[in-house]
Amino acid sequence: MTLISPWRADFPGLRALDADGQTYLDSAATAQKPQALLDALLAYYTGGAANVHRAQHLPGERATRAFEATRDAAARWLNAASRDEIVFTRGATESLNLLAYGLEHVFEAGDEIVISAAEHHANLLPWQHLVARKSLKLVVLPLTPQGDIDPQQAAALIGPRTRLLALSQLSNVLGRWQDVQPLIRQARGQGALSVLDGAQAVVHGRQDVQALGCDFYVCSSHKLYGPDGVGLLYGRRDALQRLRHWQFGGEMVQQADYHASTLRPAPLGLEAGTPAVSGVIALGATLDYLGRLDAEAVAQHEAALHRLLLSGLHRYAGLRLLGEPHTALACFTVDGIHSGDLAHLLTEQGIAVRAGHHCAMPLLQRLGVNGAIRVSLGLYNDESDLRRFFTALDNALELLR
Amino acid sequence: MSLPDNAREALEAFNACAGWEQRARLLMQWGERLEPLPERHEADRVHGCESQVWLSGEQRDGHWHFRASSDARLIRGLLAVLLARVNGLNASELASLDISDWFAQLGLSRQLSPSRASGMNAVVQQMRRLIEAD
Repeated sequence: MTLISPWRADFPGLRALDADGQTYLDSAATAQKPQALLDALLAYYTGGAANVHRAQHLPGERATRAFEATRDAAARWLNAASRDEIVFTRGATESLNLLAYGLEHVFEAGDEIVISAAEHHANLLPWQHLVARKSLKLVVLPLTPQGDIDPQQAAALIGPRTRLLALSQLSNVLGRWQDVQPLIRQARGQGALSVLDGAQAVVHGRQDVQALGCDFYVCSSHKLYGPDGVGLLYGRRDALQRLRHWQFGGEMVQQADYHASTLRPAPLGLEAGTPAVSGVIALGATLDYLGRLDAEAVAQHEAALHRLLLSGLHRYAGLRLLGEPHTALACFTVDGIHSGDLAHLLTEQGIAVRAGHHCAMPLLQRLGVNGAIRVSLGLYNDESDLRRFFTALDNALELLR
Repeated sequence: MSLPDNAREALEAFNACAGWEQRARLLMQWGERLEPLPERHEADRVHGCESQVWLSGEQRDGHWHFRASSDARLIRGLLAVLLARVNGLNASELASLDISDWFAQLGLSRQLSPSRASGMNAVVQQMRRLIEAD
């Protein structure tokens, strides 16, 4: 039986790409958008735009209501204890930068920040620069050959100087779920804060921040089938209160004279300036759409597609996977063939996959590869997408060998 | 401006191509003709390419001569057709050369797209910097 996504028709972008001869297998970079999102954007703009949290007029009230409804939806989506624990940002990257500045005062010289070897640059560079600003030490947890954070080494490396632990829950290169809860508990035992980068994880299963036990959780809307330019920062109430304000301007202030100001607490105090009003509203519509899907059916479809992807790749002699992916994606190299060449020829055949270092240069260096091809899946992908990919891969390898 | 012989040859060969497979084979053949770089110096690394590329250039009697290298075969091909067009030109000829148009004539315009895929844009920019620095 051929695997067909019952949700594909909900995504007009895929229809357009199909018509263009393009097979989209790069959802880990950004996802296609459901019609519900487009409808919400159009409704907001054609219904009359207005700024949020300021004006008393009706359009302003309508916009604020819709905007704040997304905060409720996001809190429910992540199972936050309160809507006030959700901060809107421009994306996961901005959320992490907000943390690296907002928490700067927590650190003293010699303190340690712990990350894993699998981090995306977004969960590495903000900490790397914080380490340099405050003379801290960055500790990198090593991985097993499968791509897991090595639990024994982690147990030895998370110690009394650890002030913060920042881990990706699902790597954008390895596609492997990390067992983060024991590490978070261990960090908490040392009095350290914990940050989870859920940019990939939120897309492939509902996450529960209370069950995870993390202090902070970050993700981007655009990978979760939502609009770009919007991200979420979840902070547990007491953890969020430790954040200092980091950007200053309109909306985040209570009182101001020329020489001093009093600032609002989080979340609004961390949302200086006009936010992405339309984007936040459209994210709400996206979450509403996703919430109406049969989560079990989506999970089964994604798992079946991923099995097809892996079994297909295993047929090729000399093809090496990076780690042992659990879900969503597979990164690979082929012996004797430059991944740039492979990518070039896949592109020529209308296959949209990613090639290169996937914003994780240190990880690829550690794995001993210059670049890799990544095939990543969304809930709208079909078996037919994979068939076209494998045919193109056959053709490319035949040309290159 | 008349085309260098190498460039004329490339133009004829690429215009005779039917389909992506022939074009890819041709690119790889051209890549094999690329004059090798004796050494890959870090200073010659072109940043902004997903594949590693090195580029060096010098003037001989007022004419520019570039050499380039990459581990990727198709990138070597793109470098070869680029160098076929630019090598031997003087600075003012290079300044007025429309490189996008050259790639378009070869049916390779997508390779100069602003996304970093092939990095040819970064190569062209580095080439211009080398000329300006001279």
